[in-house]
Amino acid sequence: MTTAVVRALGALAHRAAHAHPDDPCACPPPTVLADRADGTVVRSGAVVAKAHASGTDTPGLLTRLTLADDPRLTGILLAPLVPHPAAPSAALDGRPVTLWPHGRPVDPGDPDAAPWEEAAALLAGLHRTPAPPSLVLPPMRGPAKAALAVARMRAARPADPATAPVLEAWRRLPAWARDEAAAPARRSRFLCHGDLHLGQLVRHPAPHGPWLLIDVDDAGLGDPAWDLARPAAWYAAGILPPEVWLRFLEAYRAAGGPAVRAEGDPWPELDVPARALTVQTAALAFAKSATEERTPDEVELAMIDACARIASLPPELGARNPS
Amino acid sequence: MQCPKCHAQMHTYNRNGIQIEQCSGCRGIFLDYGELESLTRIEAQWTQQAPPAPPAPQAYPAAPAPAWGAPQHHGGHYRHKSFGRMLFSS
Repeated sequence: MTTAVVRALGALAHRAAHAHPDDPCACPPPTVLADRADGTVVRSGAVVAKAHASGTDTPGLLTRLTLADDPRLTGILLAPLVPHPAAPSAALDGRPVTLWPHGRPVDPGDPDAAPWEEAAALLAGLHRTPAPPSLVLPPMRGPAKAALAVARMRAARPADPATAPVLEAWRRLPAWARDEAAAPARRSRFLCHGDLHLGQLVRHPAPHGPWLLIDVDDAGLGDPAWDLARPAAWYAAGILPPEVWLRFLEAYRAAGGPAVRAEGDPWPELDVPARALTVQTAALAFAKSATEERTPDEVELAMIDACARIASLPPELGARNPS
Repeated sequence: MQCPKCHAQMHTYNRNGIQIEQCSGCRGIFLDYGELESLTRIEAQWTQQAPPAPPAPQAYPAAPAPAWGAPQHHGGHYRHKSFGRMLFSS
């Protein structure tokens, strides 16, 4: 099934890359950039075709594509080649497909070269942009993804006592962070990416163009601190070096990002989303390690240990930002 | 008193109230019963009185962290390949 999806995406991308797709050409064969349940991505030349997850909210996806195509977000979000999904096809299992220009990703083998400052400035620009009034944007999917991760862990390790600290840290989060209530109104009207990590940045035009954010599948309105919460969680767990975290945080502040106060301790704003991302990461670590029939490795254990500390906090500290 | 090893003359010194015999030939030291324990005790007292070592210089300004943060923010796993994967996945 996956092979058929990959082949169909490669054909779509190849056709979109050529004005006359039936003419003979010397294109290299399409390459698979990602193949997961939440997205299959295939590149042919200058074009990338993405099959979104089955069960994707298609009207929501169309709104998100329109957002990425909005001129107010030029230079922040990579714009799609075509601002609407391709017609669903049987070969693609009915999954919606979108077409994008190819961009050069961050080199996974060189974390020191990761564009932390650029990522921070792009997020600040996104968060500062008023939501286009013509769009009825869905909520940012950060809390929904955290809830899905916890559900995955529960399914992969039913009744495993090792998961208890993760579940307790999850239980202590406010309902909105568990996707069980709307986010507090005063912080819920910002444009957010919803799933920031280093795989969400490309240089376009490749290879030396400016960095842009990609993947709007989880974008929408919400608390902008969520977009800082993954690096914040890595820093809090002792994995991301403090100097890297500070580079990211200070670049965000320098670009006028509204997610945290302009100076001083940013943790009153970061605490709840960073705890949610800590739980999400630990839950996925438990789910993935169970599938791979191994125990969590030391990095995953650092996130699980952070859950144990959250779970053992006195209630007044654990509910620092209950809103 | 003669050195039990080389038979040279031993001289008596007083250090912190403890009598120490040192050989003028081989420089060996002879301790009477209990004197080693006394020296050890005095050494321990001296160590306790010593000022604490200065804190290690910080290469970066201290960053605020949450109450549930790791006790050490050394970033020790930064180059671990598992974190490499974590940096790039949802």
